[in-house]
Amino acid sequence: MHALTVDRAAGAAFAVFALLVLWESRSIPFGTFAEPGPGALPVLLALTLLICSIAVFAGGRTGERLVDIRWSEWRHAVAILGTCCFLALALERLGYRLTIFVALLTLVSIVEKKGWTAGIAFAGGFSLGTHFLFNTLLKVPLPRGPFGF
Amino acid sequence: MVEILQNLALGFSTALTPTVLMYAFVGCVVGTLVGVLPGVGPLAGISLLLPATYGMNPTSAIVLLAGIYYGAMYGGSTTSILMRIPGEVASVMTCVDGYAMTQKGRAGAALAIAAVGSFVAGTLSIVALMLLAPPLAEFALRFGPPENFALLVLGLLALAYMSSGSMPKSLTMAALGLLLGMIGIDTMSAFFRFHYGVAELGDGIGIVPVAVGLFGISEILLSAGREGKAEIRAPRLRELLPNRDEWRASAAPIGRGTVLGFLIGIIPGPGHVISSFVSYSVERRISRNPDEFGHGAVAGVAGPESANNSATTGAFVPMLALGLPSGAIPAIMLAAMMIHGIAPGPMLIQQQPELFWSVIASMYVGNVVLLILNLPFVGIFVNILRIPYSYLYPAILAFATVGVYAVNNSVVDVWIMAGAGLAGYVLRKLDFELAPIILGLVLAPMLELSFRQSLAMSAGSYGIFLSRPIAAVMLAVAMTLLMLGIRSIFRRTPRT
Repeated sequence: MHALTVDRAAGAAFAVFALLVLWESRSIPFGTFAEPGPGALPVLLALTLLICSIAVFAGGRTGERLVDIRWSEWRHAVAILGTCCFLALALERLGYRLTIFVALLTLVSIVEKKGWTAGIAFAGGFSLGTHFLFNTLLKVPLPRGPFGF
Repeated sequence: MVEILQNLALGFSTALTPTVLMYAFVGCVVGTLVGVLPGVGPLAGISLLLPATYGMNPTSAIVLLAGIYYGAMYGGSTTSILMRIPGEVASVMTCVDGYAMTQKGRAGAALAIAAVGSFVAGTLSIVALMLLAPPLAEFALRFGPPENFALLVLGLLALAYMSSGSMPKSLTMAALGLLLGMIGIDTMSAFFRFHYGVAELGDGIGIVPVAVGLFGISEILLSAGREGKAEIRAPRLRELLPNRDEWRASAAPIGRGTVLGFLIGIIPGPGHVISSFVSYSVERRISRNPDEFGHGAVAGVAGPESANNSATTGAFVPMLALGLPSGAIPAIMLAAMMIHGIAPGPMLIQQQPELFWSVIASMYVGNVVLLILNLPFVGIFVNILRIPYSYLYPAILAFATVGVYAVNNSVVDVWIMAGAGLAGYVLRKLDFELAPIILGLVLAPMLELSFRQSLAMSAGSYGIFLSRPIAAVMLAVAMTLLMLGIRSIFRRTPRT
C-alpha cells in the first residue's frame, strides 16, 4: 500500500473544503443561470475548486509523502502564532503599548531566551518608539488600554 | 507636439515652485517609508494621510498623494527583497527572486536593480502617459463588463499556465482566493455572504491582512526553526552595486516591464498588481534559464519592479482623462480630487490644465527624488540584515500588526492575518504557490460584478461573451491556455 502523498492529502483537504462551501452556500439565493444571484458565483467557484482538487488528487499518485515533511520548527511556530492570537485578543483591551510590550518580551526573553534585561529594554523601547512614530507623528489612532496607556 | 511641450512647461512652472516641490519630496519620502514598513501599503498610507491634505491647495494635495503612491511602489520592493515581506501587494513577485538574491548575498544588487528599474520605467511611462493618454484612454473606454470579465479570466489562467508549479495546484490556489473574495456584502443585492455573525466582514476580507499573513507571517513561522537563522552576513560596500552581468541581465526585462506595465495599468483593474505577475511570468517564459527563477534570477526582480511602477503611471490615464479609477488607490485619489472641488473627467485637461500638467511634471520630479533617495540609502536598508533575527522577527510581527490594524482599526484584520499566516505556513510546506490566492482575492469582486453585469446587459444570454470581438478573442486565448495546460498534465503523468 502506498503511503499518502502530499498532493493527495492536499487535494482531499481542498475537496472537503469545496464541499463545505457548497453546503454553506445553500442559504444564499442562487438566482438562475440567466440572472445569477449572490450565491451563484460562490457555488460555481466551489465547483471549480472541487474539480481542481480532484485533479491535484489524481495527479498526486507519486511525489513526496506526507510523512516525509519535517516540522522541526513547530515549537517556535506555535509560540509565534500564539503571540499573534494574543495581539488580536489584547490590542483593544490592554492598549497598543502594553500589548506590544508583553508580546515582544515573551518572544525575546522566553521564546528566544535572550534574557530579561535585553527583553525589557527591546520591548519597552520598541513599543514606546513605534507608538510615538505612528500615533504622535503619523496620527494613526492606536488603541489605549484601561489605564490610559 | 509643440502644444504638449508648452503645456509641460506650464506644468513645470508650477511643479518647480518651492511649495509644490516640497510636497513632492515629502510625498516621496513618506511613500517610501510606507512601502518599506511591512503591512503599511500605499492604500493604507494614502487613506491615513488624506485628512492631512484638507488644508492644502488642490495641486499640492494631489502632488503629495501621487508622491506617496509611487514612493510606496519604490519602497515596497525593499522589504520584499530583504525580508520576503511584500511592503505592498504589487511587490509580491519581487519576494520570490529578490529574497533569493538576498540569500545569495546579492541584496544590495537586487535593491539597486529594483531602484533603477523603477526609475527608468517610471520616467518612460510618464512620457508615454503624456503622448499616448488620449488614444489609449479611448481604447480603454471600449471595455465594458464582458471585456472586463474576459480579461480577468485570461489573467487568472495566464498566471496558472505560466506558474512554476503544476497548473491544477495554481488553479486550486486561484479558486481559493476567488472564494475568499466572495465573503462580504454582495454589491448588487446587498446580501451578506459567509459572515458568521462578524459584522466587520461586510466589506469582505482585506487584501492587506491576507497578503501580510500569507507572505510575511508564514516566512517568520518557517524561519523560526532554521539552523543559523541569526547568521546573516552583511554585504560589502562593492556588493551594493550590481555587477556587469547583472546590469546586462536586467536591461531587457526593464524595457519589457515598462511596456507591459503601462499597457496593463491603463486597463481598469489592479494593474500594478497584475502587471508584476504578468511580467514575472513573461520573463520566466522567455528566459533561456527558466530554472533560475525562484533561485535569484535578476530578471525576476527587474521585470516586475519596472512593470508595477509603469502600471502606477498608466493608472493615471483613465483617472485623470476620464475620471475613471482603475483600482482602489486611484479611487481614493479621485475622492481626494473631489474633496478639493476638482471635477475629474475628460473636461479636467481643458478646464484645469495647470493642475493636470503640474501633476505630470511632478511625476518627473518625483522620479528623480526617488532615485536620489533610494540608491544612496540602499546601504542603510541592507543594514537591516545586521539585526539578529531573534530581535528582527518580533519587530516585523509588531510592525505587521500595527499596519494591518491601522487599515480599518479592526482586530478582525489581525485575526485574519494570523489565520492567513498559518495557512501560508502549511501551504508552503506542502509546496503550493501563494501568489494566485492574492490575485484571486483582488480580482474576485470585479470578476463577479462584470459577470453579472454582462448577463444583465444581454438579458441572460451567454452569447454576449462571444459576440463582442475583444471579449471573444481574450476568452479564446484563455481557453487555449487551459487546453495547453490540460495537455501538459497528461503528458507529464507517468504511466504505471
